[in-house]
Amino acid sequence: MVQLAMPELSGAISNMDNHHHHHETLPGSRELPMARSMCWHCQSEVTGEYLCGQCVKVQPLSKELDYFTCFKLPRLLNIDEQQLERTYHELSRTFHPDFYSTKDESEKTISLGNSAFLNAAYRTLKDPIQRVEYLIRLEAGAVKDIRSNPPADLFEEILELQEDMETFRNRSSEADSTERDELRQKLQREREHLEKRQAEMEKALRAKYHEWDALQNKNADPGEARDQKNAVLRSMQEILSNRTYICNMANELLETTG
Amino acid sequence: MSRIVGIDLGTTNSLIAYMDKGAPRVIPNPDGVTKVPSIVGMTDNGLIVGDPAKAHLTRDPARTIYSVKRFMGKGLADVSEELKYFPYTLHEKNGVIRIEIGEKTYSPPQVSAMILKELKRRAEEFLKEDISKAVITVPAYFNDSQRQATKDAGMIAGLEVLRIINEPTAAALAYGLQKKTQGIIAIYDLGGGTFDISILKLKDGIFEVLATNGDTHLGGDDFDQRLIDVVVREIADKHGLNVQDQPDLMQEIRMESERAKVRLSDDTATTLVVELPNGKYEKTLTREVMQSLVMDLVERTLAPCRSALKDAGLQANEIDEVVLVGGSTRMPLVWNKVEELFGTRPHSELNPDEVVALGAAVQADILGGHNKEILLLDVTPLSLGIETMGGVMSALIRRNTTIPTSAKEMFTTYVDGQTSVDIHILQGERELVKDNRSLARFQLKMPPLPAGVPRVEVTFLIDANGILHVTARDIRTNEAQSVQVKPSHGLSDDEVEGMIRDSFKFAEEDIRTRQVIEARTEASAIIMATQKALVRASDLISEKEKANIQGVMQKLSETQKGDDHRAIRAGIAEAEKETHHLAEVLMDATLKEALESKKVSEFVK
Repeated sequence: MVQLAMPELSGAISNMDNHHHHHETLPGSRELPMARSMCWHCQSEVTGEYLCGQCVKVQPLSKELDYFTCFKLPRLLNIDEQQLERTYHELSRTFHPDFYSTKDESEKTISLGNSAFLNAAYRTLKDPIQRVEYLIRLEAGAVKDIRSNPPADLFEEILELQEDMETFRNRSSEADSTERDELRQKLQREREHLEKRQAEMEKALRAKYHEWDALQNKNADPGEARDQKNAVLRSMQEILSNRTYICNMANELLETTG
Repeated sequence: MSRIVGIDLGTTNSLIAYMDKGAPRVIPNPDGVTKVPSIVGMTDNGLIVGDPAKAHLTRDPARTIYSVKRFMGKGLADVSEELKYFPYTLHEKNGVIRIEIGEKTYSPPQVSAMILKELKRRAEEFLKEDISKAVITVPAYFNDSQRQATKDAGMIAGLEVLRIINEPTAAALAYGLQKKTQGIIAIYDLGGGTFDISILKLKDGIFEVLATNGDTHLGGDDFDQRLIDVVVREIADKHGLNVQDQPDLMQEIRMESERAKVRLSDDTATTLVVELPNGKYEKTLTREVMQSLVMDLVERTLAPCRSALKDAGLQANEIDEVVLVGGSTRMPLVWNKVEELFGTRPHSELNPDEVVALGAAVQADILGGHNKEILLLDVTPLSLGIETMGGVMSALIRRNTTIPTSAKEMFTTYVDGQTSVDIHILQGERELVKDNRSLARFQLKMPPLPAGVPRVEVTFLIDANGILHVTARDIRTNEAQSVQVKPSHGLSDDEVEGMIRDSFKFAEEDIRTRQVIEARTEASAIIMATQKALVRASDLISEKEKANIQGVMQKLSETQKGDDHRAIRAGIAEAEKETHHLAEVLMDATLKEALESKKVSEFVK
């Protein structure tokens, strides 16, 4: 049987079995909340948002903070990108190490940590796919039982493509190029087809964004709403994992055919 | 807060700049020259740097170091291709190239430090204050080792390096400050040894780098080399001379080739002349021929441009402005190729040699807290990862991620009681470890527990300089663990300290050389001024006095050629004494006011 090569899923073998791909602090793996109300420097109560009202020293971001809260956004999937950028620039002006190079070491370290967090948050929220992936991880373990195997129809297709690519690679040194060219064209058509499917999946995902946002905005009975939300999260997770297979396959085709 | 200067430490030329009432300014030498050739010469009287060293290049090529930036943060294997082009001997120690000059060896950061010191001295003389803090620029595509080596160079030179900033982004700062540009701009930076492309979004004072790419081994030096190869071949054919064995001739050819290339940016044809022991080599060269020699090199810059566009998620026509930076962009061929790619005519209003240093001064101003309007958000140029099973690199931080940025990774053990895990850090875009750049290795200590139980979290943080910091923490005990990272191609802290100590020794030699140069310069000024004065005062003093003065001047110009600064100083004193009367006469005659100064030289100025 042909070995499946899935760079995104199987390629990132870590030095540890339960390897975390994502580096943010997530619910469940959180540490105990730190009392954040006291300034690390002057011990007075922090009244300002990020700076101490007394000594104006920058405060470390709470380990509890999630990306949406950092950007003062509700947990919705359709976001105002202009607003996102504006907030990013604003917070960068508050945290960036460039504005702390004359300050003491503690403030420098806090500025560095806050900046790194802010940059990760912006990078994640800016991209619609990373945004939904992050939201799913934030929204608890209900969707963890999603299988990571490709669905049967996709699996068949992937196997077939793998074999074609193998044949194509083996022919690369042969003199007769007609058959090879035909195969290349076939693979290129397949890639276009996959890219089209990817676009369709992303469209379906966008539709789910609206579903999610509607549920979030509706003040429904918490228990019932949770079930509905979990269902949406699950279906988004399913689309995402299928999309990952398609993306990887398309990339591999591109690399093979050039 | 003491002043922070901005330094462009280039492959071929270096510059130093400062903020002068809100505008960046490059510091010139007394003759108004701003560029310091990045060349260091070791003479019997000590070190010489810059223009004097350039002159030394043909006299004593084996003891003159140029293009040292190409060796920064590298091992010998990295430069094996170009070894034949360098007249000095290189070897490697602890993964770092060492340059052999006579009995001494120097690491590339030490040589760069000599250039930095010259710049520092120049700024101190100009600004009349001590300089101890600097922002230094590097090519955007420099990896961690190359950045660290640059920082080491600063330390060895006695400078606190507050920031390592990317050259194209520095250029963007200089342009943005001047023009208040908004929109998407591409900075195409082709220097003496490196090429960078950076795409930035400028909005409300925020300079956000969207993507960067480049080639740290492509620049004007390579253009020169193409021409040199032709000249060397032709000299062998026509004159039967194998110049490759003659380093001094090779340097002559190198410089003449560079000059011819430069001329062809303005002229459509030029003649290249090299004096040979058995005659004269002459070659008429047209711009077309020069262009065909370097066409593939210029075209090589286009692939990184396309990659950067792709990473930024942009089409070429979405770029509002293309700015050209670096001396090599003076070539019309570069303009045309860039215009072809981006579909817009590039521009370069600011001097392409100076703009990077100017931008470094702007960044220095920001760090000094004097400019709160502008903020630069830069990216890391290369993906950072670790080696995993099967010799594969697992990326932790992707290229073009905004810095500062961090990634956390959890590690555990495979065997019961295992007490350490080896970690190999890499930078690059390839799948296999061997195709990427090895940055460093370290050993993570593990508590002796059953396999899989220990949990040590390692944080990889890339700071605003693009330099990596590694910290580790035992999750079970929440205790921090100190990590001793051993760089693959970098100096250890001890080595850097040793070099800082050595640099004081070199400083003494430097002072001696400097004293000679300064005394010579002063003597020349006196001789020139006296000659002028003699003409003007020819009717006012006796022939005997004239003859005496001429005699003293003759003596001084002889002494001036020697290396003894004390003798030159004595000659100057004698000359001043001898011309005292002449100065008085001239003063009385031409100026009614009683001037205090008694020196001819001061008077004529």
